[in-house]
Amino acid sequence: MDFSARHLLGIEPLAQGDIRSILDLAEQYVDLNRQSNKHGDALAGMTQINMFFENSTRTQASFELAGKRLGADVMNMSMQTSSIKKGETLIDTALTINAMRPDLLVVRHPGSGAVNLLAEKVNCAVINAGDGQHEHPTQALLDALTIRRAKGRLHRLSIAICGDIAHSRVARSNLLLLGKMGNRVRLVGPKTLMPAGIADLGVEVFDDMRKGLKGVDVVMMLRLQRERMDGGFIPSEREFYHRYGLDAEKLSHASADAIIMHPGPMNRGVEIDGTLADDINRSVIQEQVEMGVAVRMAVMHLLARNLREARTRPEEVIA
Amino acid sequence: MSAVMLYNARLVDPEAASLARGAIRIEGGKIADILPGVTEGSGVDCKGRCLAPGIVDIGVKIGEPGERHKESFRSASRAAAAGGVTTIVMRADTVPAIDTPETLAYVLSRARDESVVRVLPMAALTKARAGREMTEISFLQDAGAVAFSDGDAVCTDPKILSRCLGYAAQLGALVIGHVQDPGLSAGAAVTQGKFATLRGLPAVSQMAERMGLERDLALVEMTDARYHVDQITTAAALPALARAKAAGLNVTAGVSIHHLTLNELDVGDYRTFFKVKPPLRAEEDRMAVVQAVADGLIDMISSMHTPQDEESKRLPFAEAASGAVALETLLPAALRLVHGGALSLPALFAAVSLNPARRLGLPQGRLAVGAPADLVLFDPDVPFVLDRFKLRSKSKNTPFDGARMQGRVLASYVAGQKVYDWRADVS
Repeated sequence: MDFSARHLLGIEPLAQGDIRSILDLAEQYVDLNRQSNKHGDALAGMTQINMFFENSTRTQASFELAGKRLGADVMNMSMQTSSIKKGETLIDTALTINAMRPDLLVVRHPGSGAVNLLAEKVNCAVINAGDGQHEHPTQALLDALTIRRAKGRLHRLSIAICGDIAHSRVARSNLLLLGKMGNRVRLVGPKTLMPAGIADLGVEVFDDMRKGLKGVDVVMMLRLQRERMDGGFIPSEREFYHRYGLDAEKLSHASADAIIMHPGPMNRGVEIDGTLADDINRSVIQEQVEMGVAVRMAVMHLLARNLREARTRPEEVIA
Repeated sequence: MSAVMLYNARLVDPEAASLARGAIRIEGGKIADILPGVTEGSGVDCKGRCLAPGIVDIGVKIGEPGERHKESFRSASRAAAAGGVTTIVMRADTVPAIDTPETLAYVLSRARDESVVRVLPMAALTKARAGREMTEISFLQDAGAVAFSDGDAVCTDPKILSRCLGYAAQLGALVIGHVQDPGLSAGAAVTQGKFATLRGLPAVSQMAERMGLERDLALVEMTDARYHVDQITTAAALPALARAKAAGLNVTAGVSIHHLTLNELDVGDYRTFFKVKPPLRAEEDRMAVVQAVADGLIDMISSMHTPQDEESKRLPFAEAASGAVALETLLPAALRLVHGGALSLPALFAAVSLNPARRLGLPQGRLAVGAPADLVLFDPDVPFVLDRFKLRSKSKNTPFDGARMQGRVLASYVAGQKVYDWRADVS
């Protein structure tokens, strides 16, 4: 099985084989999670610490459940209310946590690259649960699993990612993953929410949503953060919804069997029509949440395996 | 003072744009004689190594007053001597800023007590570098300020800046500007483009530099000020600079060694030692700026030496402090341009020694009879791998840690006195 990395910091360093290994293992955990006894033992005896420097309910819950189902001792630390406020640096926090000898650290941080920095200073495996506007690899992996299950494949698909691309780590991780697996990725959004140089990453860029959605197999909506209005990125929510909100008419330009995805939490009536989001024939938004737990179980399983192997190698200094 | 002869050297003469064997006789702290072709004699045998006018480095940050834990006069001057920098032109962005004659006098007295190289201070253009009230430019000139600059604090009010420039113009004072439009560059950590997008870092368009430059040039035209741009780092700003020079404005420009030898991709996985101000640019910009130095459109190369301690760099990239130490690496890094064929040795020393000295009205920077005997003896070819912990600066924030360099300083002289000898270092 591939994926021999020490950490999961992003999609960028992964190869096709790594991604397939994670998704294949995740399939097994989807089955396990649908049974009444949901317990695995891949993390038995291990300690998992979730350090969230940024608010998150669903991602933290998903990681917590994934760890618990695999037998880890899971601790959640809400870093916004802790010593960070007292001026402790990220490095000092990392060293403190490291001294408690965790095996898995799940980290979300508002600064791009902060998780990379932290990973340099600790002996355990680190999972990036979202860093600034950089990457959110487990989201891209759970999206990939959802697509693969809905479409029966994860290559030669046409996928539109729509909305606030510029501020989205989900968009970055997704376009990297989907590109690596051999799909055509389109980005749809107003120019002000489209990062510079993005077209050089092998994607097609559209500012007209109807053209962008034409014939696509997957429509992936992104959350529009309300504070974007203050920065002068868009004039108003209603104009944004008119031009870029997903409704039945715009969706009619996509393939007849196109699926709708959203990483959540949704702003109904801002980036997506409420009834469309609930349409069980088109929307896979609930399935994304389910896949999230399975994918995180798979990622932690593989990292724990890599960690155990590294610890048996005498030249490694991993404690 | 006794006479010394340095013979059998390759004399790098930026004024004559020549490179020839010869000797230099030093007497009374000055160059007393230049003897072409002399390869024998009594004194110091330079063994065919290069002898050039010492570097005049405009824009060095020293941590005194306020941040002596990052760099002191003592550590900075020893780093300078080891790097062939014989004149430090010190920035005013200290804590507090050098914005009164009293602070300037303190700085000069510290330099006199501690420094082994010449230190010439700049003063702030506005009080506390806040861009609201101009400093006592005339008093500060009398106290020894060689130029006026708020460093990277850009004055946002053109009316105030126009008054400062006009007042400085009447006193013949040189004003040094930082031409990054403050609104466009607010919060930026890297240059806009594919790399910034992949890393998800706050980015600024290259156009911020052209905008800042165009504004300042318009005000220079309005006020007849003597004006120098600290760093031009983008291709988009070069035509404006060329137009201003062609129109006869009293304008010169510099660039930091980092923007000439590194590009944005060097940041890699969020390496904060590569975070400088303005941020590193795309490779096309780097190449355009190297060409502009070769063409003489950009007049000088400086270190923009900015010491930062480990704590201020060991942070998520966007939060980390900007700046890099470079007094010791300026010459070896600049020699990359010589070895790569972009610049000749005399052209390099025009950019690091002659042109800065001329712009400030200083007698050094030349190999000429009567000029101060501020000299650097170096071997342009000897290879080494840089170890940041061997730097003399108190702060070790160099982007060249572990880099292969070619060329090292063997000795530095200030007013004929040897202030650095590499043999004293070999241990």
